[in-house]
Amino acid sequence: MNEAGTATRSDTRPGMLAQGMIFVGDSWGIALQGIACALRGRISAKDTVRQMAAIGVDSLPIIIATSVSTGAVLAYYMTGVLLQLGAGSFTGGTIALTFLLELGPVLAAVMVAARSGAAIAAEIGTMVVTEQVDALRSMAVSPVAYLVAPRLVACVAMMPLCGLVSNAAGIGGAIVMASAHGLPVATFLESMQMMASEQDLLKGLIKTVWFGLTIAAVACRQGMRTERGAAGVGRATTSSVVLCVVLIFISDFFLAQMLMGASVAQP
Amino acid sequence: MTDGAIEVRDVYYRAGNRDILSAISLSVGRGEIVSLMGRSGSGKTTMLKCLAGLLRPTAGSIRIHGEDIVPMTESQLNRVRLRIGFVFQYAALFDSMTVFDNVAFGLVQHRRATARELQTIVRERLAAVHLDGVEAMYPAELSGGMQKRVGLARALATDPEVLLYDEPTSGLDPVTGRAIDDLIVETRDRFGVTSVVVSHDVPTVLRISDRIAMIEEGSLIAVDTPARIRASDHPAVREFVHSAEDAVTLAQG
Repeated sequence: MNEAGTATRSDTRPGMLAQGMIFVGDSWGIALQGIACALRGRISAKDTVRQMAAIGVDSLPIIIATSVSTGAVLAYYMTGVLLQLGAGSFTGGTIALTFLLELGPVLAAVMVAARSGAAIAAEIGTMVVTEQVDALRSMAVSPVAYLVAPRLVACVAMMPLCGLVSNAAGIGGAIVMASAHGLPVATFLESMQMMASEQDLLKGLIKTVWFGLTIAAVACRQGMRTERGAAGVGRATTSSVVLCVVLIFISDFFLAQMLMGASVAQP
Repeated sequence: MTDGAIEVRDVYYRAGNRDILSAISLSVGRGEIVSLMGRSGSGKTTMLKCLAGLLRPTAGSIRIHGEDIVPMTESQLNRVRLRIGFVFQYAALFDSMTVFDNVAFGLVQHRRATARELQTIVRERLAAVHLDGVEAMYPAELSGGMQKRVGLARALATDPEVLLYDEPTSGLDPVTGRAIDDLIVETRDRFGVTSVVVSHDVPTVLRISDRIAMIEEGSLIAVDTPARIRASDHPAVREFVHSAEDAVTLAQG
């Protein structure tokens, strides 16, 4: 009966391993149910667009701020070292590759997890503890279709845009800092063109799709399983951010292996 | 009132190692108001949530208009839930929506109603609960009593055949509580709905009920008319009813 609905109380707490398995099963279950709702068209277009604005567009300012400064700091360290080694012409390519493959997607995902993932968990968690989710179910409205599916679709659809903006902002910040340290912009861009390709951009964007799915599934799961009032909402929000960030970094490691492995395997 | 709208047979609900409900059997006739009365934590709300399909009993059967909802899937349950309205203890209004959107919610989700039809139905339902001019307000701007009325209007919007009330008068002053009592009876008389009311408020239960079911530690210990419940010899029933009446007598000096 509990289609991602209210959690039932239990006096016996499962162990760490069991809790981990329950978490993974629950998150996947919610994600798959949300995807099924979206594929069957049981999703409000209006709500989805609203979530796309809240999750994607509204996150752009903090993504730009963090990516610009990270790109600038990276260029600050690298330009000096590479110029000293006589390899200044590699600066642009190295920074661009770092951003396209790794920093752009990961920074964007961490920012979206911290901002929108927390908001999703808090909003759904509050609805659970104030019985608004029960009210949905009592009115024959699936909480997964109404709450999870729009957030899932919005997160998956908007994360590539966030990754793209993060890449542009990070590389932009790096160009400004590198040129301030005496590296001509033309040299930076030439190096970028030589070392980075569209494929690298694509690999990074593939990661963002997975990160989007992870953020939405974990945040919705933590919200749906909220228990015990306002303190429970706080716990759900905190655990959502922590779990999302940890899972982003762990899955990034495996995705990097898979994606680089795929390119190595190409003739 | 012999035609059973709700038939509960041997319902058990277990959470962890604890039996919340044990062998509950109860029949509610069409158009009848039956109150589930008992102490806090006795299992009343759990029973009500089982009736709405929000919790699945561990064992037993619950027939709503002849259909056993216990083995149903979520989508099958949704079909039955369209015929049930649930009024929550703290109203459970969608706090990011206006009163209008709250009342119209079920209609928007399940019926292809035009904007004009929505306006008409929402106004009618708000008028039925004696509310006017609150459509554009948000739940946080309403008093507790008004929130409960909006919750009732929302439950009534889809023309349910069964209404389930969870502690409808808790947290309200006596005058507002009395107004909600009158509203429950008025709603039954006007719309012909079958009503199950969960409450530990003895005056409310005695005033509005056709029959009262007393729950003690998850078991049904008495089901009878208000007059007979008041005169009951059962120690737990006597203690519960008379302690409430003693409080009133004491207050009257």
